[in-house]
Amino acid sequence: MTILTLSRLTRRHDDLVALDAVNLTLAAGERVALIGHNGAGKSTLMKLVLGLLRPSEGTADIAGHAPGSPVARALTAYLPENVAFHPAVTGREQLRHYLRLRGAPAGQADALLEKVGLAEAAGRRIGAYSKGMRQRLGLAQALIGQPRLMLLDEPTSGLDPVSRAEFYALLGDLSAQGTAILLSSHALSEIEARTDRVVVLSRGRKVAEGPIARLRAEAALPLTLILHPTADGRPQVAAAFPEAVPQGPVLAVSFLPADKLAVTRRIAAVAQSLVDYEIEAAGLDAVYASISRRAA
Amino acid sequence: MLVRLATTASIEFLIALRNRWVVIAAAMMGLFALVLSVAGAAPTGDIGVDHLSVTVASLTSLAVYLVPLIALLVSFDAIAGEAERGTLALHLTYPVSRGEILGGKLAAQTAVIALAVGTGYAVAAITSFALGGAGAVAGLAALWRLVWTSVLLGATFLSLGHMLSCLARRPSGAAGLGVALWLVAVVLYDLGLLAGIVADDGGGFTTRVFPWLLVANPADSFRIYNLAASEAVGAASGLAGAAASIATWKPLASLLFWPVAAALMARAAFGRVLP
Repeated sequence: MTILTLSRLTRRHDDLVALDAVNLTLAAGERVALIGHNGAGKSTLMKLVLGLLRPSEGTADIAGHAPGSPVARALTAYLPENVAFHPAVTGREQLRHYLRLRGAPAGQADALLEKVGLAEAAGRRIGAYSKGMRQRLGLAQALIGQPRLMLLDEPTSGLDPVSRAEFYALLGDLSAQGTAILLSSHALSEIEARTDRVVVLSRGRKVAEGPIARLRAEAALPLTLILHPTADGRPQVAAAFPEAVPQGPVLAVSFLPADKLAVTRRIAAVAQSLVDYEIEAAGLDAVYASISRRAA
Repeated sequence: MLVRLATTASIEFLIALRNRWVVIAAAMMGLFALVLSVAGAAPTGDIGVDHLSVTVASLTSLAVYLVPLIALLVSFDAIAGEAERGTLALHLTYPVSRGEILGGKLAAQTAVIALAVGTGYAVAAITSFALGGAGAVAGLAALWRLVWTSVLLGATFLSLGHMLSCLARRPSGAAGLGVALWLVAVVLYDLGLLAGIVADDGGGFTTRVFPWLLVANPADSFRIYNLAASEAVGAASGLAGAAASIATWKPLASLLFWPVAAALMARAAFGRVLP
């Protein structure tokens, strides 16, 4: 079931095109990451879906409802980038307020705070929270009332690696229950295993979309082979891989994905001179850089 | 709608309480009221008016400066602060209207003003009864009038503060605009009118334009209404003499009109804010 449909969504501000004819659909339970530089249009896209901005052209549709309409608001949860709640209230008070605004029982506050790991800090003022704790509180308010669509703007900035893992585990539970999740991120490597699809924006245009594995294959970026020769095996290894670049004790070889099997056979031929070897695929960051270069 | 208004108002009141605005405002009003009611003890014997009525006349002149100032201090951060913290964008994605957000904030902050003037005027009343005896009962009606007109005046400047908060977008800018508005509306406006009267020397400006200009300003309406409605001490204000000719309903209408008009102006300004 389709939760979000964007058709030729465009936002112009004076001469600047913040978002340029973007088409996108999100089905229930899908996790999609928006990636792109600062100013690529990620936040603009979210604000248009939320009804905070009006499109210059095109439409957005949330399960059949217009952005900003009462039903769309009730179905959608949002976590803004770098949200800082009022420092004078406690996490519990703030969350009870948000629950009441959504027409949910304020008594759910403690359960939600426990879910995001803030149970102990519930009675402390937000002014004493760390950035990561504020981000968790922001996530807690986005969890209110089982939203059908969740928009998360840079949700993991300020979170430590353990918190990030917990955060993505929560998102996994939500998507399993049918919530469509659209999140933006700079930390490309962390979304790699945790989203179904990525959408790459560059200067307001959608320049690529698809599962990360496919984008990587399309980019056809070279793989890197790292060879660890034995104490006296280095000359043999260097002879078998004349193109290898010495990197301290190891040798690095760059090759295209198509040559993978050939390279494997060459490794086998010098196996007795090797302690170990590794093959490193290009990270999402490199894939993204390649896509951005092509789009420019 | 009521739930959303009530929860917005309650968290705003909590914030005002934690920021100590409630305590500061009440202490400020209480302290000034105490000083005025003690100092106001001297002239009572001469004019044959009860102690509390004299105090109310002095309090009117105090409140006309202090109530708008407190209201602007309490309200300037309302929208600009949320915009800066990033919670404004979040709030506007909730199933809550801009009118409800503004209404909730206005209700909570009006309660802060009511508490402050209530405290201050109660201190004045108690002092007057202690110093002037049971005769002060005669002044209770004037005191009550001062209470509700102060709340109306406060509500006006709260909404004007919200409007400035929307226009400025940043808390520091909103604070600056608030101070400017206070100076113009409460201080410079009267000086301008006085200068006009002096220059005009009893001409058309003084007889026809001046009374309307006086009533158009909510602070002046507050002063005229309280001084004119109480027969006590017109001499307490420089402008009261000039205002003696104005019918009582005009400043009253102005006092009732301004809170509504200012709230609508704030709502219109809020409508133009893009988070």
